[in-house]
Amino acid sequence: MRRMNHFFQAIGHRMINGIWHLGAGGRLFFYVALYLLESIKRPRLIIKEVFATGVLSLLIVIVSAFFVGMVLGLQGYNTLQKYGSSEAIGVLVALSLVRELGPVVTALLFAGRAGTAITAEIGLMRATEQLSAMEMMAVSPIGRVLAPRFWAGTISMPILAVLFSMIGILGGYFVAVPVIGVDSGAFWSQMQANVDFQEDIINGVIKSVVFGVVCTMIALFEGYDAPPTAEGVSRATTRTVVYSSLAVLGLDFVLTSFMINV
Amino acid sequence: MADNLVEINNLSFGYKNRLLHKGINMVFPRGKVVAIMGGSGSGKTTLLRLIGGQLVPTKGEVLVDGEIVHQQSREKLYQIRRKMGMLFQFGALFTDLSVYENVAFPLREHTNLPESMIRDFVMLKLNAVGLRGAYHLMPAELSGGMARRVALARAVALDPSIIMYDEPFAGLDPISMGVVCNLIRSLNDALGATSIVVTHDVHETFLFADYIYFVSEGVVVAEGTPDQLKKSKMPFVHQFVHGEMDGPVPFHYPAGDYRQEMLRVPAL
Ligand SMILES: Nc1ncnc2c1ncn2[C@@H]1O[C@H](COP(=O)(O)OP(=O)(O)OP(=O)(O)O)[C@@H](O)[C@H]1O
Ligand SMILES: [Mg+2]
Repeated sequence: MRRMNHFFQAIGHRMINGIWHLGAGGRLFFYVALYLLESIKRPRLIIKEVFATGVLSLLIVIVSAFFVGMVLGLQGYNTLQKYGSSEAIGVLVALSLVRELGPVVTALLFAGRAGTAITAEIGLMRATEQLSAMEMMAVSPIGRVLAPRFWAGTISMPILAVLFSMIGILGGYFVAVPVIGVDSGAFWSQMQANVDFQEDIINGVIKSVVFGVVCTMIALFEGYDAPPTAEGVSRATTRTVVYSSLAVLGLDFVLTSFMINV
Repeated sequence: MADNLVEINNLSFGYKNRLLHKGINMVFPRGKVVAIMGGSGSGKTTLLRLIGGQLVPTKGEVLVDGEIVHQQSREKLYQIRRKMGMLFQFGALFTDLSVYENVAFPLREHTNLPESMIRDFVMLKLNAVGLRGAYHLMPAELSGGMARRVALARAVALDPSIIMYDEPFAGLDPISMGVVCNLIRSLNDALGATSIVVTHDVHETFLFADYIYFVSEGVVVAEGTPDQLKKSKMPFVHQFVHGEMDGPVPFHYPAGDYRQEMLRVPAL
């Protein structure tokens, strides 16, 4: 009986906690939004953060994209050639990347590479009273620390995702054309004919913008909200990855269902 | 213009359910250096946070320049804080900025000075704490005492009219200690500022302070000018000045009887 009670208490506690966090996150998002315009007047701060979040994620994005593209090329060829349409491999690789894998995998990589860095940095800034000191200097940490990082994440994500798709397509081309021997002209012309700018590319970019906002916001919130201890920061960093990944995959389904007219 | 730049009236505050301050009254007259002394954990840092408006009192109020701090709007509070400089107990330097940029931070945020003037101001403040040569270092490359001196330079970068020091002498060698001691006094007199110094160091404090408050168990237990306190026969003051563990100021955080605890069978 006692055990049962504890069990239900624990569930209730977790639920209330979850809702509380959602509310606190929403409130922080609101505060960040208030500072966005002001923050964009100081592009230098944003550029510095774009470097930290975006540029430093470049390598991992490029390498992963190339491998993902190569795997797509292999798998795609393997299936398509059974139906005698191996020239369509260019379309398959491009569409999978532009519509889904580009935005989604980039967001997952971003959460692991840049999101964790943001959370840990802000969490440590709180733990070492840097945010407090800023407050005492009449400088809002939300405006000075969070808002530029929010811009940086939101700007870098679509760029990284587009880059991911481009490199991925190169990876697919590398496997399909020089290695397997698909006709290069067919690879490109089929791709060109079947990838729609509005339907595919713009929708992919919209996805990655949404993922950028969500992943950055989760990273910012977890850092800002982390208990000011080593353990607190480490847990917050883990949560950033878990929540970002879940949010990205869930949102991807929602966004896709809006974008595909069935 | 009120005579007292900062006034604390009947202030009570507690974290969770332990009441830390139980009706504190203090005044900080314009242009004076006032020290707050008290044992470790007696709520001195918390008191500074209350003055800075980072915490809201449970009861009572803090007046800065005649205005109740915790009732101000955010803009107004920030306006008040621009007049304040605070040295944090652990420095709280921005670890992603160099020493130079740390000291320049308040100038960059609140003024539109050209770079050449910012440079002059920063170097002036760094020179005052003896670290002009360290301007290019990152906080991680500084020793604890150096970091605190940089933090001090940053706290006074905007020439504030209220300067709060949270243990400015902790971890300093005797030479730096003397320098900082003089610095507090001379900054105060040169800027016409009001200084609030939280500290443990009895001897230094008696040298430079105009007025001293002793806090213990959440109340002010003794106060006066250094001369008055030196003559005082009050047991608190005596205990503090001579650093005795036994006396009216408890050394231990409130706890159950030690003997009882040692004898208790651990619950399985
Ligand atoms: N954020 C907090 N949450 C809960 N309790 C706290 C918090 N900060 C401080 N305390 C408690 O409040 C008490 C006073 O803390 P404070 O930092 O004000 O002491 P202090 O007088 O500055 O001590 P010291 O001289 O050691 O710096 C301590 O007993 C501490 O346990
Ligand atoms: Mg303290």
